[in-house]
Amino acid sequence: MMEIEIQHSDVYALALHHRFQWEEAQQSYVILFPEGMVKLHGGAGEVIKRLDAKVTVADVITDLKTAFPDADGIEADIIGMFELGLNKGWLRKI
Amino acid sequence: MTQASLGESVVQKEIHAAQNNGVSANITHTQPLWLLAEVTYRCPLHCAFCYNPTDYDKYTQNELTTAQWIDALRDARKLGAIQLGISGGEPLLRDDIEDIVIEAKRLGYYSNLITSGVGLTEKRIKAFKEGGLDHIQLSMHDITEEINNFITNTKTFELKKKVAAMIKDHGYPMVLNVVMHRYNIGHIKEILEMAEALGADYIELANTQYYGWSLVNRNQLMPLKEQVDHAEAVTNAFRANPNNKMKIFFVVPDYFSDRPKKCMNGWGEIFMIVTANGDVLPCHSARVLPNMQFPNVREKGLEWAWKDSPAFNKYRGDSWMKEPCRSCSEKENDLGGCRCQAFLLSGDAEAADPVCSKSPHHHLIEKAIEDSKNPVLTAQPIVFRNDKNSKRVIAGELNDRLDEFHALP
Ligand code: SF4
Ligand code: SF4
Repeated sequence: MMEIEIQHSDVYALALHHRFQWEEAQQSYVILFPEGMVKLHGGAGEVIKRLDAKVTVADVITDLKTAFPDADGIEADIIGMFELGLNKGWLRKI
Repeated sequence: MTQASLGESVVQKEIHAAQNNGVSANITHTQPLWLLAEVTYRCPLHCAFCYNPTDYDKYTQNELTTAQWIDALRDARKLGAIQLGISGGEPLLRDDIEDIVIEAKRLGYYSNLITSGVGLTEKRIKAFKEGGLDHIQLSMHDITEEINNFITNTKTFELKKKVAAMIKDHGYPMVLNVVMHRYNIGHIKEILEMAEALGADYIELANTQYYGWSLVNRNQLMPLKEQVDHAEAVTNAFRANPNNKMKIFFVVPDYFSDRPKKCMNGWGEIFMIVTANGDVLPCHSARVLPNMQFPNVREKGLEWAWKDSPAFNKYRGDSWMKEPCRSCSEKENDLGGCRCQAFLLSGDAEAADPVCSKSPHHHLIEKAIEDSKNPVLTAQPIVFRNDKNSKRVIAGELNDRLDEFHALP
């Protein structure tokens, strides 16, 4: 696995050929790609939903902190989601 | 269509995050996340390893209509299907794939056309792109024209390279599937280099699994254990090179391992296959099993098929198991392996998959490996997959090649 440092100023988007959508039958967000899919747990879906190839990591953190003011330690979780997404190839850096 | 073209191996790795259901017998909360539409069994290629049924000729006259396919897509989507594979035979022999693609997009599927490339024209690929097809998986066979044309029994080598370029030009991810067997396994390094040079994003190296035509031709196709080990080592070295960008999936050949595969990720767990004539199956070759009545979309519909049909419930969970599986501490790992392989080889559909070293039938696998080194047996001609041979199978003319199996593969 490559080492990655997520910077607050980084901008990410869904990797090419990946699709992100809400699945009614699963009551969750999923990422679809050739030959596979992953079901995202609540928080992860909230992160990916906000990526539009323009917002920075810092924007996502601020936005989620506002949306979920009671969630403790949310910043580390968000960074963790970016790391996972990059490692798995679901995200690409803009 | 080609082996493991569903990406079973891959989905098994990725999908567990999406699936966490304890299935007890006859009660299912499962969803058919993958719908494989085997829209036709007709095919211009004649691959020696094809795992379409050997008696497919029976199913080429009564294909579902476009409207029936669209209904099936809609009903499966309601049951939770997300990934759609459009396969065959060669799906492009139907002229309504464009309509199916448009409907798939409208319904929210992630759709995949699984093709040999024969019949893919600029006009059609453009229509697929506009219709919203998500990706195209192309089968490749070898770096040499000679082996490609030999194993597919057709002159398709140059065409496949052209189609690969066309797929890339239209902005599709390039997903290649290469079925590995005795004739190409020694070229694995060159095959990987070719794929990388073509700009492939994913390559699936699917060691032949022995169903359908490949079971008939098992003695001729099976590589040596040493060749498989070598191929795996070459693959790992290729993966370790940071200059190589493509993702490689290596589907291990179960005959050389001592535990079976968790076939289809469990019977009726995540895969649903609708065949050309509308039969609904939990796996490609399920029709070989005895005393089973598989549902058909023309009858009670997909919801009944998935949730309530006796066939889909028969091997869900583990209450159907016999010893040694029943009390085995590893049964969750593989659910006793493949029902079709168990029946075809041992004659008992509830037996442990003979691949398992704990199976009382494991000697059948050892014998198959020995037979594949027997010069008399390997000198028998390959039975290529074509209409004429399928008719011969149905008429019983190839029984000498099928004797050791308990059903037509
Ligand atoms: S003959 Fe070859 S291309 Fe045609 S369905 Fe079989 S494996 Fe696929
Ligand atoms: S005995 Fe049955 S359950 Fe146990 S490992 Fe072998 S096939 Fe799997």
